[in-house]
Amino acid sequence: MYTETQIVHNNTKTTVDGALDGTGEMVINVGPQHPATHGVLHLVITLNGETIKKLEPHLGYIHRSIEKMCESLSYRQFIYVTSRMDYLSSHINNHACALTVEKGLQLEIPPRAQVIRVLMDELTRIASHELWWGAMAMDLGAFTPFFYAFRERETITDIMEETCGARLTMNYMVPGGVMYDIHPNFQRRVKDFITLFKSKIDEYNDLVTGNIIFQNRMKGVGKLSAEDAISFGCTGPVARGSGVKSDIRKLFPYEVYDKVEFDEILETEGDSFARYMVRIREMHQSVRIIEQLIDNIPEGDFQAKTKAVLKLPKGEFYTRVETARGELGVYIVSEGGTTPYRIKFRSPGFSNLSALEHMVVGSKLGDLMATMGTLDLVIPDIDR
Amino acid sequence: MFSLEGLTNSLQQWLNAHFSSTWVLVIESLLVILLAITLFAILGLVLVLMERKVAAHMQIRLGPNRVGPMGMFQTTADTLKLIMKEGLTPDGADKFLFNLAPFVVMIVAMLLLAPIPFAQNFQIWDINIGVLFVSAVSSISVIGILMAGWASNNKYSLLGAMRSGAQIVSYELSAGLSIITIVVLTGSLQLSDIVSSQQNGWWIFKGHIPAFIAFVIFIIAVTAETNRAPFDMAEAESELTAGFHTEYSGMKFALFFLAEYINIFIVCAIGATLFLGGWMPLHIGNLEGFNHIMDYIPSSVWFFGKVFFLIFLIMWFRWTFPRLRIDQLLNLEWKYLLPISMLNLLLVTIMAIMGWHF
Repeated sequence: MYTETQIVHNNTKTTVDGALDGTGEMVINVGPQHPATHGVLHLVITLNGETIKKLEPHLGYIHRSIEKMCESLSYRQFIYVTSRMDYLSSHINNHACALTVEKGLQLEIPPRAQVIRVLMDELTRIASHELWWGAMAMDLGAFTPFFYAFRERETITDIMEETCGARLTMNYMVPGGVMYDIHPNFQRRVKDFITLFKSKIDEYNDLVTGNIIFQNRMKGVGKLSAEDAISFGCTGPVARGSGVKSDIRKLFPYEVYDKVEFDEILETEGDSFARYMVRIREMHQSVRIIEQLIDNIPEGDFQAKTKAVLKLPKGEFYTRVETARGELGVYIVSEGGTTPYRIKFRSPGFSNLSALEHMVVGSKLGDLMATMGTLDLVIPDIDR
Repeated sequence: MFSLEGLTNSLQQWLNAHFSSTWVLVIESLLVILLAITLFAILGLVLVLMERKVAAHMQIRLGPNRVGPMGMFQTTADTLKLIMKEGLTPDGADKFLFNLAPFVVMIVAMLLLAPIPFAQNFQIWDINIGVLFVSAVSSISVIGILMAGWASNNKYSLLGAMRSGAQIVSYELSAGLSIITIVVLTGSLQLSDIVSSQQNGWWIFKGHIPAFIAFVIFIIAVTAETNRAPFDMAEAESELTAGFHTEYSGMKFALFFLAEYINIFIVCAIGATLFLGGWMPLHIGNLEGFNHIMDYIPSSVWFFGKVFFLIFLIMWFRWTFPRLRIDQLLNLEWKYLLPISMLNLLLVTIMAIMGWHF
């Protein structure tokens, strides 16, 4: 048994030895509490001087066993827990779960609900990308963009608050449609926001994208080839930055995505700057989708008629949607009861994180922040 | 004309009339020490508040506005808090060096106040090698930073200190070379001579384009030397949490923090003295009336106005630019700034020999 002072003493010894043992390598912990990880991610990094030799992510600091919890919740209840996975795209998480349940029940969703869901998804995507943009600039040492991003994001959260009653974990989508009808102000405020946002996105480009220091930090950093992106299971903007077509909205359209016009953004360089540009250009596409739908919300019900207690037939159900971070898969095994027998979420952040070591080994410590920033990791999404 | 010269002269006469010459020296030294420490403290409070206000307005916020009118006592309250906090020394740290480091950094910053002409004939020590003194003493602060980084026994601190060492040593070359351009033009190392040589125009205007290039390089180099963003590699909070002062708390941390701001003030004061005419008012050619009005503004106002303008520039950089990577930082110095400033020095030398400047 060690006494407390002995442990401290031994740790001290290894620190100094590690720095001076002749290999010149030292192990440094980034996280679980660290300004760059935006949550409780723990990276154990072996450094030689400033060069990264090895990187090992340690997970589980915010594991809440959401999948296990869902097994004891009914099909109406478990959706609310999933807002807490990827809290920046909670609408889209809820959407994926609602879609899976509807698939099991073979429910027909009213067209009004479908359009509202897509509108909410795209607003969420813009809000999420805005936050990413600010946080990433902060990782690179520029503080000001964070406040500019939050200025516009605030408008979206206000719109959400009006319609859904919440600003972060919305819980708005339910099996069969959406929980309430949209607020009377919704359409006007979204249109105002779109007009505002289009002018602001140029400001973002002036402030950050065109900056020479920023481009030098991002270009050629954190390279990920298309083959590697596929083999690591990367999805979303990370895969699309490497030129892999992976937009679920295009590949497996759900709701009204096959009826609206938008482009799948692809960049081929596979570096941090490509991933950055994918997200910036995706915001434009989200605006395009919203513009097409906002004046064309069909009249009718916002929720299909469902039974009070939902029971999925015996079987396995899987759906996938495109969140702001990539592909979210929901897999439900049902025994025919009121609660799922097993549930599994395929979260985009987990796979994207697995590519991190491959991307940063051999580069400088500063590049780690530039790479990790463009992966857009949300730690509760990785740990669940 | 209003000047601080009368005040200092009458004080000296009064002292000489009442005390022996030894006591006069002692009292004057004490007064100077007291003034330097007061200036040090006031500058720290003002600059930190200024930084927070500048940052806030660039980031569409208001900044501190609760303590005192317009938040003016915010930094005073913060300082009081830091004084009351416990000064922790980590268990594995080298206690002697750990506690010495903040004082080394601060004493260096204080020494540098000595040769700066704050106003007409108001200077603590008009040393004849003023420029050399500034360059020499300012290099010592890197020792304090390295001491802090090594003694903390923290890997973040160590990395931060190593970065800082590489950075300060490199950027001193450019800063030194751009200072030398003005020395070449003036022909004197004495700061009061340099100021008086700018009576008919500031060097940034008189020295044509080379002096302007030297000024730009000087501003870039001193931003790096004071570890300010976009060159804040030594702190780089998204990479190294807080760099070399990760383990410091309480007043020891405050000393590092204070020294950073005093260093900014000093490099800006040197920049203003060398390139922008120090306390000299702005004169334009033959506009007699305009020049007369400018003369009525006290010299200390001119000096502090110029210095705070440069400080504002450096703060503006911090809240606009992302941080460079360490290799890009060193490339910028060794591959671009150093060759340019060497060539620039050559140009200035030719200009000075041929007498092409005004």
